[in-house]
Amino acid sequence: MRAMVLGRNLSHAFGANRLTLVAAAILLLLLLCAAFGQFLVPYDPLMTDGTAKLMAPGAAHMFGTDALGRDIFSRIVVAARLDLGMAISAVALSFVLGLTLGAIAGYFGGLADRVIGRVMDTIMAFPLFVLAMGIVAALGNSVLNIIIATMIINLPFYCRFARAEVNVRRETGYVEAARMGGNRAPAVLVNHIVPNILPPMMVQASLNMGWAILNAAGLSFIGLGVRPPTPEWGIMVSEGASFIISGEWWTFVFPGAALVLAVFCFNLLGDGLRDLLDPRRRI
Amino acid sequence: MSALLEARGLHKHYPAGRGGVLHAVDGVDLEVAAGECVGLVGESGCGKSTLVRLLARLIDPTSGRILLAGADTTAVSQARFVTMPQRAQIQVVFQDPSESLNPSFRVFRSIADPLRRLLGIHDPTRLAARVHRAADLVGLPRELIARYPHQLSGGQRARVGIARAIAVEPALLILDEPTSALDVSVQAVILRLLADLRTRLGMSYLFVSHDLNVVRLLCSRIVVMYLGRVVEMAPTEALFTAPRHPYTQALLAAIPDPARRGERRLRLEGAPRSPIDPDPDVCRFHGRCPASSERCATAMPQLRPFGENHLAACHFA
Repeated sequence: MRAMVLGRNLSHAFGANRLTLVAAAILLLLLLCAAFGQFLVPYDPLMTDGTAKLMAPGAAHMFGTDALGRDIFSRIVVAARLDLGMAISAVALSFVLGLTLGAIAGYFGGLADRVIGRVMDTIMAFPLFVLAMGIVAALGNSVLNIIIATMIINLPFYCRFARAEVNVRRETGYVEAARMGGNRAPAVLVNHIVPNILPPMMVQASLNMGWAILNAAGLSFIGLGVRPPTPEWGIMVSEGASFIISGEWWTFVFPGAALVLAVFCFNLLGDGLRDLLDPRRRI
Repeated sequence: MSALLEARGLHKHYPAGRGGVLHAVDGVDLEVAAGECVGLVGESGCGKSTLVRLLARLIDPTSGRILLAGADTTAVSQARFVTMPQRAQIQVVFQDPSESLNPSFRVFRSIADPLRRLLGIHDPTRLAARVHRAADLVGLPRELIARYPHQLSGGQRARVGIARAIAVEPALLILDEPTSALDVSVQAVILRLLADLRTRLGMSYLFVSHDLNVVRLLCSRIVVMYLGRVVEMAPTEALFTAPRHPYTQALLAAIPDPARRGERRLRLEGAPRSPIDPDPDVCRFHGRCPASSERCATAMPQLRPFGENHLAACHFA
């Protein structure tokens, strides 16, 4: 019964918006690459081949090879796990932390609100990418630190969003009714308010995911992220960028296209998610 | 007459910027007897809603006490009171039925949540039985119990709001303008339902409204508020036949009545005084009152008796 209702809601959300279906298909493809990429690719992504340097896309190498003769297609597919993994972990962490802090600030107000608000203002006061660079430079180049840096620069958006959404609901009739019905403050927040702010938060997260992917890849692009020879879209674009003038376009176009595809997919998903999660659109 | 609810010297003040203090409720004494239906009337901004939230223990009073069946509920803070067994004794039906139902809860969960929390009923069969009984009492068809609020009409939502409040069997039901957001035709149905429920369940009502006709229909006693203070309280018939306070007289004169068509009626001039830092020695109605004199600007009139259970706060009443 539950599965049937979910199925109806899913088909309703997808049926209403074909682009969501496209986005979901791309996401599925990306997730497949992330999960099984290393078993699917034709070449070892780290294997260099001195005889096949900078080969144009062709029958042997679908997307061509780079300056060390590595197969670009294999590297792109394998990199999906790292790129998506970093972005999803960072967004998930800032979602949970931002929602918690924002909900506390918005519901209780007062000192908690002022302290949390000022901390978020402080983060926002920096150019965010520069702040991320600084954090990674200070903590060291590692995947974990890229995730932490991306989490921190995303945090204020979730926190402010959650604060505003909780604040407008704090005095609504159903929240007062919940308090009347014996719910203490944590129960009011968790059971009565948060389920109602999740849909807009999820939309925000989906739109934000694209930005997080760009951010993690951007850090690697400027040499502050993961290190070569790790297959990663940002590094690949960065390595390929030195061939823009000499005309080996495939070295940067394909990894760049992978980034564009991932960002595009998450942005489109945002709209579909809203339809799916909004109770007023449920059947 | 034993009082079920007794409020003594209730004040609620809010900071109003630049050191000002807004006196939303300013020294209200109120009693509701067991089984009694009391009407609370007054214009917008007179502190009705604040008083309701105080009495329902949704906000803490600045000072004053609220006794429920003789026990002081203000001895603990509002945050602690939430989990006390007395919490179930006072319930509120809110003004806007649409806004007072959680959009992500089905009707069942809206009604069941207070039953779980306040009465500790977790057994699914018993819970369902209680929810169904509450729905039957308010005339809500059982098939609507699985719906979301946005799938219900305004009248159905109002019934859900009432069912949620009465499900925990409160001794006092506070109705905060329960019909003001409804169509006129639905209003009559809901009012009849409320009157019927009171006789069946023996609850006390505190009925808040700015519609005197509605209050007259349901209530045996009426309390009139003006700018945070009670200006008159009297049994319904006494209030309608012999209002003492000029504000009550103006309210009654404002009720449309075809029989009085063309007559000159008492109309209030000017705007209400500011509730921010009011002068404690000036009558709140001074400046808008047709009977104003110098005395009104030097001494705040206190409630004085005028016959049985009839009190009014005016020097000239």
